[in-house]
Amino acid sequence: MTALPPDRLERVEAWGRATGVMSWVYRPSTVDGVREVFALARARGLTVGLRGAGQSYGDASLNAEQVCLDLSRTDRILDWDPAHGVIRVEPGVTVRRLWQYVIEDGWWPAVVPGTMWVTLGGAAAMNIHGKNNWKVGPLGDHIVEFELLLPSGEVVRASREQNPELFHAAIGGFGMLGCFVSLTLRLKRIHSGLLNVEPLAAGSLEEVMALFEERMPRADYLVGWIDCFARGAALGRGLVHQANYLEPGADPEPERTLRVEHQELPDTFFGLLPKSLMWRCMRPVVNRPGMRLVNALKYHVGRREHGQRFRQSHAAFAFLLDYIPNWKLAYGPGGLIQYQSFVPAARAAEVFRGQLTLAHERRIVPFLGVFKRHRPDDFLMTHAVDGYSLALDFQVTEAKRERLWALAADFDRLVIDAGGRFYFAKDSTLAAERYAPFLAEDRTQRFLALKRQCDPEELLQTNLYRRLFAGAATSARRVSSSARIAASTS
Amino acid sequence: MPATFARAIVVGASSGIGRALAVHLAREGTLLALVARRQALLEELARELEDGGERPVRAYSHDVTRHEDVPALFQHICRDLGGLDLVVYAAGVMPHVGEEEYTFAKDREIVEVNVLGAVAWLNEAAQRFARARAGTIVGLSSVAGDRGRRGNPVYCASKAALDTYLESLRNRLGRLGVAVVTVKPGPVATSMTAGRNQVPFLVSAEEAARQILAAARRGARVAYVPAKWRPIMYVIRHIPSVVFQRLNV
Repeated sequence: MTALPPDRLERVEAWGRATGVMSWVYRPSTVDGVREVFALARARGLTVGLRGAGQSYGDASLNAEQVCLDLSRTDRILDWDPAHGVIRVEPGVTVRRLWQYVIEDGWWPAVVPGTMWVTLGGAAAMNIHGKNNWKVGPLGDHIVEFELLLPSGEVVRASREQNPELFHAAIGGFGMLGCFVSLTLRLKRIHSGLLNVEPLAAGSLEEVMALFEERMPRADYLVGWIDCFARGAALGRGLVHQANYLEPGADPEPERTLRVEHQELPDTFFGLLPKSLMWRCMRPVVNRPGMRLVNALKYHVGRREHGQRFRQSHAAFAFLLDYIPNWKLAYGPGGLIQYQSFVPAARAAEVFRGQLTLAHERRIVPFLGVFKRHRPDDFLMTHAVDGYSLALDFQVTEAKRERLWALAADFDRLVIDAGGRFYFAKDSTLAAERYAPFLAEDRTQRFLALKRQCDPEELLQTNLYRRLFAGAATSARRVSSSARIAASTS
Repeated sequence: MPATFARAIVVGASSGIGRALAVHLAREGTLLALVARRQALLEELARELEDGGERPVRAYSHDVTRHEDVPALFQHICRDLGGLDLVVYAAGVMPHVGEEEYTFAKDREIVEVNVLGAVAWLNEAAQRFARARAGTIVGLSSVAGDRGRRGNPVYCASKAALDTYLESLRNRLGRLGVAVVTVKPGPVATSMTAGRNQVPFLVSAEEAARQILAAARRGARVAYVPAKWRPIMYVIRHIPSVVFQRLNV
C-alpha cells in the first residue's frame, strides 16, 4: 500500500467553520477526471464526498480523512436557449455565474438561495429553496432533467418522464446517489432588473405570521427577519420584506436595469469603507450584548420604514448574505452553526415560540433569525412542509459547544413532535436516533434502497451521511479492514 | 492549547514512558493509536486500555527502523482515528555500551531508532499539521542530549540531533499554530534504567507521563522532566569543555 501524495491533503471546513476536517482533495474538470477519482478511491478502499462551493453550514460536504471531490472546476455552460429560458450547465457553475449569464436576455433563476456563491450541483443535491418557496417550490421544481454519473462510471439521464424515481431522489439526495454532470434548468422570465419591495414591521411572532398569511396571495417573495433577543409580548418580533416582479412596461428602462453592472452589490459602505474590511468592524459586536443592541436597532429603524415601498435590484434583494464578504469570520474562531427547522403552519407559532423561549432560558440566544414560508414538494428526501421555517444562527465557542448541541437536541424534540423537518444544507447537530422520525421510515428505506442500487459499495459518503444513516456501520467495516491492511504491511 | 487531545498516536507505546503516556491519554478519553514493534505487548496494552474505557484503542505493529513504511501507515492511522491532534515519538533505545566499546552495529541501531525513526514519523506529522494549521508534536529527547558525555557517545549524539531537529520543526511550524514540544527527561524508572546504581532524581514513568502531557497541553517549547533538571542542565551546559572533559560524567 503506497501513500497518497501529501500535497493533496487539505483542511476542508464547513461553511460555518464550526467543523473542519482533513481530506484528500481532488478537483477534476471533466467527467473522465471524476471517473478517475472514483477509480483511485476505490483502489485504495477510500470513500468519496462530493463538494461544490462548500456553502453548506454543516458537514454535508465534509468527508474526514477520505477523498473530497471538489466540483468547482466543472463550471461550463453547455447550452443556452434565450428564447425559452432553458439552460444546461455543469454542476460547478455558481448561481452568480448563472444569473450574470442570463439576466441581460431577460431571465432570472426561478429559485435562488441567500448567497450567490453556491454551485448548481450543490444546490440541486440539497434541493435548495428561496424566499419564494411557498409559491414556486424548491430548485428541483425548475430542473427539467439531469445527467448523473454513478460510481460505476455509467451516466444516467433522469427527468420527470425518464427515471422519475431517481430524478426525485437525486435532487435533494445530498450527493449520495451519484455526481451530477449536467443540469438543465428552466428560468423565470423577468421584464425589469428591479423588484418592487415593501418593508413591514411586526411586533411579535404571531404578527409576523399574520403578515405572511395576508401577503402570500399577492407576493412573489416574502422573507422575515426575527429579533431573537426580544422577549415577553415582543417575542419573535421582526421585519418582513415583500417583493414583487415588475409587470411588462412598469420599468421605463429595462435595458439598463437588466445589465449586470446595475445588479452588482457595491464594494464599499457609504462609498468609503471597503466591504472586505467590514467583518473586522463587526467582530467586537458579535457577542451577546453587542448583538442584542444591533438587533434592537435594526428592528426600530425598520419600524420607521414600515410600508415605505422602494425598488431594488434582483441581486440586492436576493443575496442578503453576500452584503458583507466573509461575515462568518466575525463570529470568531469557533464559527457558527445554523439551526433551521420546518414546521407545519398549525404548530409553527407554538414550536418557534418554544425554541426562542428555551434559548433565552439557557442563555444561548441566536444572533440572527430568518423566517420563511414553504410548501410540500415531490422529492423523496424533502425538507419542506406546508408551513414555516425559522433559521437561527448560533455562535459556537469551545465553552458553550456542548450546551448548544444539547439545546439543539431539545429543539429537535419540539420539531419532531409537531411533525416538522430538517434540512441537510444547514444541519450540524441532528443525531441518528433523532433522525428516524423526521422522515417517514418508508421514505428512508426507499432512499437507502436506491443508494444500494446506484452505489452498492457505498463509495459516496460524507460526514453527514455517516452521522445520520446506517452508513456508520459500513464505515466502521472499512476502518477495521484498513487497520488490518496497515498491520499487515508493517 | 487544548485541555485534552481528541486523537493521538503514540509511537513506542509498548513500554516505558510511551506506555505510561498511552495509559494517561486513554484515561483522559483520547482516541488512541499505539505503535510499537512488539505486537504481543502492544495488543495486551490495547486490551488493557480498552477495558473500562468507552473508546477503542488501536494497535499497529511496526518497526520504526522500517522508515519507508511510515508514510502509508501514518495515513492509515489518521484515517482510522478520523483525524489527528497529537503525535508522540517515544521510541528510543539505549543499549549498554562499555567504556571502551565502539560497536558500529549498536551505534547504527541507536541512530536508526532515536533519530531516523523520529524524522520519518514526525516529518509526516509536520506536513499534516502544517496543512491543518493545528496539532501538537511531542518528541522524547533526554537530558543526555545536552552534553557529549563519556558513557554512550552515540546515544548522547542521537538525542542532541533530535533536539536540533525538533527545534527546527518548531521554528518552521510555530507560526502556523502547530506546537512542537521537546521533552528532556532525566532518569525515569523504566527498563532503560533498571539495574543502574545511584540514579539521581529518578521519577516513575507515570509521573513523567503526567508532566509530559501537561507540557504538551500548554505547548511548552522545551520541558525538562522533572523540572528541577532545567537549572541543573543549565549549569552543566555552561561548564567549559576543558573542565567538562575532566569530570567523570
